[in-house]
Amino acid sequence: MSLVIVQPKPASFAAGVVAAFGAFFGLFFGTSQGSGILGIIAGAVVCGALAWAAVTFLREKETVGRWLFILIFAISGLVTSGLSGMVFGGLLGWLFGVITFFVASGRYRTAMPPYSTPGQVLWYYAFRTIAGAILVFLITPILVVMPLSFNAEDFFTFTPEMLKFDPAGYSLKHYRDFFTNSDWQQALWNSLRIAPMATILSVGFGTLAAIGLSQPHVPFRRAIMAILISPMIVPLIISAAGMYFFYSRIGLQGTYLGVVLAHAALGIPFVIITVTATLVGFDNSLTRAAANMGANPITTFFRVQMPLILPGVISGGLFAFITSFDEVVVVLFVGSAGQKTLPWQMFIGLREQISPTILAVATILVCISIALLATLELLRRRSERLRGMSPS
Amino acid sequence: MKLTKTLLAGTALALVAGGASAQEMADEMTIVSWGGAYQNSQLKAYVEPYMEMHPEVSVTWDESSAEAVAKLRAMNEAGNITWDLVDVVAADSIRLCDEGLAMEYDPEDLLAEGDDGTSAEDDFGDLLVDDCFIPQIVYSTTFGYRTDLVPEGADAPSEICDIFDLETYPGKRALEKRPINNMEWALLCDGVDKEEVYDVLATPEGQEQALAKLGTIKDDVIWWSAGADTPQLLADGEVFMGSTYNGRLYSVIEEQDQPVGMMWDAQVFDLDGWIIPEGLDEAHLARVKHFVKFATDTQRLADQAQYISYGPARVSSAPLVPEEMKQHMPTDPANSGNTFLYNYEFWADYRDDIDAKFQAWLAQ
Repeated sequence: MSLVIVQPKPASFAAGVVAAFGAFFGLFFGTSQGSGILGIIAGAVVCGALAWAAVTFLREKETVGRWLFILIFAISGLVTSGLSGMVFGGLLGWLFGVITFFVASGRYRTAMPPYSTPGQVLWYYAFRTIAGAILVFLITPILVVMPLSFNAEDFFTFTPEMLKFDPAGYSLKHYRDFFTNSDWQQALWNSLRIAPMATILSVGFGTLAAIGLSQPHVPFRRAIMAILISPMIVPLIISAAGMYFFYSRIGLQGTYLGVVLAHAALGIPFVIITVTATLVGFDNSLTRAAANMGANPITTFFRVQMPLILPGVISGGLFAFITSFDEVVVVLFVGSAGQKTLPWQMFIGLREQISPTILAVATILVCISIALLATLELLRRRSERLRGMSPS
Repeated sequence: MKLTKTLLAGTALALVAGGASAQEMADEMTIVSWGGAYQNSQLKAYVEPYMEMHPEVSVTWDESSAEAVAKLRAMNEAGNITWDLVDVVAADSIRLCDEGLAMEYDPEDLLAEGDDGTSAEDDFGDLLVDDCFIPQIVYSTTFGYRTDLVPEGADAPSEICDIFDLETYPGKRALEKRPINNMEWALLCDGVDKEEVYDVLATPEGQEQALAKLGTIKDDVIWWSAGADTPQLLADGEVFMGSTYNGRLYSVIEEQDQPVGMMWDAQVFDLDGWIIPEGLDEAHLARVKHFVKFATDTQRLADQAQYISYGPARVSSAPLVPEEMKQHMPTDPANSGNTFLYNYEFWADYRDDIDAKFQAWLAQ
């Protein structure tokens, strides 16, 4: 039993809201056709009129109304830009249909307490719309890359065949290129040799430094911390140039070890920060209790302290790994052509030859990242369940 | 007497030892080039054949030619030369040679004779622009246009001044984001005689005139900086016409089957070749010299033309270029009716000044 009174709203109200959405989408269509302002006006007028008509004539037959929206948008999409236009048009029509009847029926009030003012209701939905728009803004560039990586041509272009969903417009040849081209395979192999080593060094040194720096009796703690964190704050190009001249003098420039050390230096700040954060919640009396029972400091560290700060160590290690795996500036300076990593290969590929192989690699990397993060999250939930805590 | 003998013997021994160590060649080489189709042509035409003959040699490629000057300066400063052979354009070679970063060499000693017996010096001729440059190819910067976007009723663009003709050929143009070539084309289309272009461009009024002419199409220009940009823009249909290297256009038209046409009018020739960095150790230098002698001989340079439409730098290679490739060469008589040669002396003297003006004009 709900206390909220759901009242049907006048058609003009629904039309106004839908017109606002229409103007928003019209901006994109208008810009792509040459005039943003014209797009806004046309979008607002067309969508507003459609919503008004739908609410006036089909208020009671919501399902029919929604299908009509989908149909109208899909057909106009089909007419203007073929099969892919129909799919996008259908999706837009579905969205507009839902919004129109959601607003017109007054159901949008159910999520709110009955006493909320119109301003509060407006903000409630505006906030969600803005959050959704930001999500779309962040994710679209990544999503656009994925279909392009199946391009049958050697350019970053949606060909007419692709837009018609013609199988001839798609191909796996860029993936084949990645897996068979020795340059790319060498780069992948180099990245896989460098990143884990750099991560192990960062985690080892970073954890030790964080534990040491969390002891209250260490002198100049803040100054030391600031120095250790500096690779994160100093512009990368400056660290890179400094490392280049320093490593050249001591013979590390252009060697595997040099790149690993440089990447470890970049990864250490991440480990220090995350481990320091978990150490704040660490109760030092536990180590004293362990010592009291006869454990030496090393046993204490591995049996008592380490398990408790492990989440911080792992997420720091993950950051260190990604830093090394994504890094291009420092490796360009410190590495030589023999240590060409994946980002380096992508960088030169993008500059010298715009080949969709880069997009294929990007898609693979995105999938690996998602798998990695999902595994980590699942492991976290599992360990929390085992410890009897509910996942938050 | 005895002392002299010992000394002589010692010197002889040292000479023999020196000679012997010069014969010992390093087994790895780091070659710096441009990546893409061009590097591939080098790989196919001379690096792979060389490695077949000398299986002990391994080659590492570094696609850093675009920043070769800056990197060689840094390497020199750090005292750590990690490159063995660097592919650069002639203008960069002149700078590197002036700064002492590239090794001076004697063409008769380092390079092979032509297969018809011409001396290396005569075979390369004027293309030996300084004491360090080992020429490989002649390429040109020219225009490509979308054949399907040519307005109805108009002929396909065929003259350089069609670039500035927005009425007949509306649409975006891609031009390189630097004054070189653009200024010459602008003056040529503003009524300046071809012979007088550089005299006019040397004066502040002439520079103003060129920028004013470029200003008439500025709103319709997309500026590019990497060789891959214009092919992508043309394939996209984002621009109607654009300048780029003729080998890139060849690949777009012949290999990628895009609806793009070639416009050879007022193409600007430029040279690309090797330099050997100064300061290599004996073993690496010996290997590089051995490789360069092979890689720049008549047959190898002609072979390269099979893989990319750039003209070989040796006169003696020209007859060996495959027949079907000749028509795509910038040096083919049908294509080279009206050409420029990159003016190294002029741009060495005026580049900084005109660059500054050009950048300021771009930002307006």
